[in-house]
Amino acid sequence: MGVKNVISHIFIIAWKDLMELFRNRMALAMLVLMPIFMMAMAGFIFPSNTSMSNISIALANEDEGYGNYSASSIFINVLEEINNSTEMMVLTNASSFDEVRNMIQRGDVEGGIVITRNFTLNLMTGEQGSIIIITDQSNPQLSIALQTGLKAVFDQMGTWLAQKNVETFPGVNATNSLAVVKPYHVETKGAIPGTFNYFDFMAPGLMAMTVMMSVMTGLPAAISHEREIGTLDGMMVAPIRRLGIILGKTFAQTVRGLLQGILILILAIALFGVVIHGNILLIFALLFLGVFSFVGLGVVITSFAKDQETAMMVMMTLMFPMLFLSGVFFPIQQMPWYMQGISKFLPLTYVSTALRKVMVLGADLSAISLEVTVLIGFGAVMTLIALPVFRKAMTR
Amino acid sequence: MHAIEVNNLTKRFGTLAAVDHVSFSVREGEIFGLLGPNGAGKTTIIRMLSTLTRPTEGTASVGGYDVVKEDGKVRELIGLVSEKIILYDRLTAKENLWFFGRLYNIPGELLNKKIDELLRLVKLTKWKNSQVGTFSTGMRQRMNVIRAMLNMPEVLFLDEPTLGLDPQSSVEIREFIRKINRENKVTIILTTHIMVEADMLCDRIGIIDYGKIVALDTSTNLKKLVSGADSTILELEIPNLTTDMIHSIRSLKCVSSVSQNNSTCIKVNANGDDAFDTIIDAIRANKRKIISVKNLEPTLEDVFLQITGHEVRDKADQKIKMHRHHMAKPRVR
Ligand SMILES: Nc1ncnc2c1ncn2[C@@H]1O[C@H](COP(=O)(O)OP(=O)(O)O)[C@@H](O)[C@H]1O
Ligand SMILES: [Mg+2]
Repeated sequence: MGVKNVISHIFIIAWKDLMELFRNRMALAMLVLMPIFMMAMAGFIFPSNTSMSNISIALANEDEGYGNYSASSIFINVLEEINNSTEMMVLTNASSFDEVRNMIQRGDVEGGIVITRNFTLNLMTGEQGSIIIITDQSNPQLSIALQTGLKAVFDQMGTWLAQKNVETFPGVNATNSLAVVKPYHVETKGAIPGTFNYFDFMAPGLMAMTVMMSVMTGLPAAISHEREIGTLDGMMVAPIRRLGIILGKTFAQTVRGLLQGILILILAIALFGVVIHGNILLIFALLFLGVFSFVGLGVVITSFAKDQETAMMVMMTLMFPMLFLSGVFFPIQQMPWYMQGISKFLPLTYVSTALRKVMVLGADLSAISLEVTVLIGFGAVMTLIALPVFRKAMTR
Repeated sequence: MHAIEVNNLTKRFGTLAAVDHVSFSVREGEIFGLLGPNGAGKTTIIRMLSTLTRPTEGTASVGGYDVVKEDGKVRELIGLVSEKIILYDRLTAKENLWFFGRLYNIPGELLNKKIDELLRLVKLTKWKNSQVGTFSTGMRQRMNVIRAMLNMPEVLFLDEPTLGLDPQSSVEIREFIRKINRENKVTIILTTHIMVEADMLCDRIGIIDYGKIVALDTSTNLKKLVSGADSTILELEIPNLTTDMIHSIRSLKCVSSVSQNNSTCIKVNANGDDAFDTIIDAIRANKRKIISVKNLEPTLEDVFLQITGHEVRDKADQKIKMHRHHMAKPRVR
């Protein structure tokens, strides 16, 4: 039994599994729908800033001013100025808090800003002026976006007021007053020119995750299912290497996962404007390597589970925490230290990190050598464990 | 040389000895039958011999190769038709055979010829490009058998090859089994719980019960175990047959069992020189008419009864009851 035979067995088993998949309409529909749902869901749960624009907002100014001075009009000026450049809101005037509330309830506007009655008075007498944001409670994303927007307005307004104050000091004039009030300036620039949104961050992780889910659920399902209906015996009595069976099945699941990965990539590019900076072949190579690193674990679980149902359940239980700990949806750096520790032991972490480096930063192989080494090591160790376990389990 | 040699082969699942120190051998070119009720351990023996399950104890060899130490060599020599049909519903007849043929490294051209030849043999040529999922049970089983023949095995294992088939398909499969045995000189070991099937097909039969082989010989010799002694098997037709009547026959000392075939017909197994007279007298004493008496040749069923002390069907019922009992236990705990 030479290497040539093993390779031919891998291909014939993969061919068989894929034929079964492609002739199963239901499975095929799921294959296509899963990535679409994933992308749609990601878009719904995590809207990027660019998706927040032209929100209709009612603005009510109940402020009565102080003498002939009105802080609220300054606020409104600054708000309009900033809004002109970001186009986040479409402002409508309203007379009172109650009217704003009615407008929201009628659905005329999505949210409202109310400047309270004693806004200027409070500011002048050393108290805090208050502004109320009214939103539809059912949309927490909106209120976060509004708060962020208003914070920028207050920031700028504070600076502007302070500037006006210091201009009366000797030696300070309109040109240098800004430098006196705000002597520093922070600007964020990415390593790659162009703007980024959340999908740039998420698309690589989502691809890694899909391929992993395909293999992790597909492999135990494929093996346990065949064991239950008895067809696995047909392969087990043939004079072929057990490794050939595992790799053949893995190969089929990998193709399935890659098809979904490609679909995600296309969706990300077409619908969410994700730009790929790195080498596309390197991306596929990484997905392959990722699969290699997951497979051993999948085989071990399959070997221990006595039927398809158990295998799937164990798989799901393991998979979900893994998804959230591997930096697919949130940057690992945001996690508490102990979770960061756990994430270091998950192969998905390395796949999604490496993929992100290549896709977003245009990194080449040398830049991701650490991730690649870890993945190869992980895969090799798991496969070495999996083979004897599988062989033993199958001749129980 | 023997095609199969089995020595003290044992398989335990937990505390249950599914196969219990079984020894036998199968000659080359023979059709050897393992006959026994459900749960007797037939499938487990087949699985150990075909390298799918590891024995707990004992040894077995197929074609001179040890089934554990030289499992690779054994696999090259054997074909397996297991209880569950080994075919993929979504593949066509041809694709199924192609897949399994390639697992045996049969070169493409030869394999194509082989597939056509085998399909013709079981009259499925017309369905070559149809998906197996659309086939009838009989067609599927024919496919299943030729699938196991692809690599021209020296030893073919058939585990309940007619299970779930209609009578017509069963006959076809049996004829096919006999044909490949004769024409291809394949050694066949088959299991069945159908007495007639074992009787018809097998050169020698091992009767297996509770994991043990309790008798092993040709069908003719096995029957002599019953008829060779002083045993009598009578079929009696008695109008207005009552349970009391059956009870009183059963209580006769010479009678070993009574079974009722229909409302007027009973079958009586008895021993002793004067068994015939005793039974007739007993019926007469009850003032019943006897319409007919037939002196029957013993069947394998009678052999099984004589050796194990219970009927094949009894055992099956008992097993179901035992199973229910076991399932009820954890609820109590
Ligand atoms: N994998 C297994 N685990 C536990 N018990 C088993 C297993 N396979 C078979 N058995 C038990 O072993 C006994 C023999 O089963 P089997 O060989 O299938 O009998 P047969 O084929 O004669 O009907 C039965 O009691 C069955 O329940
Ligand atoms: Mg069986």
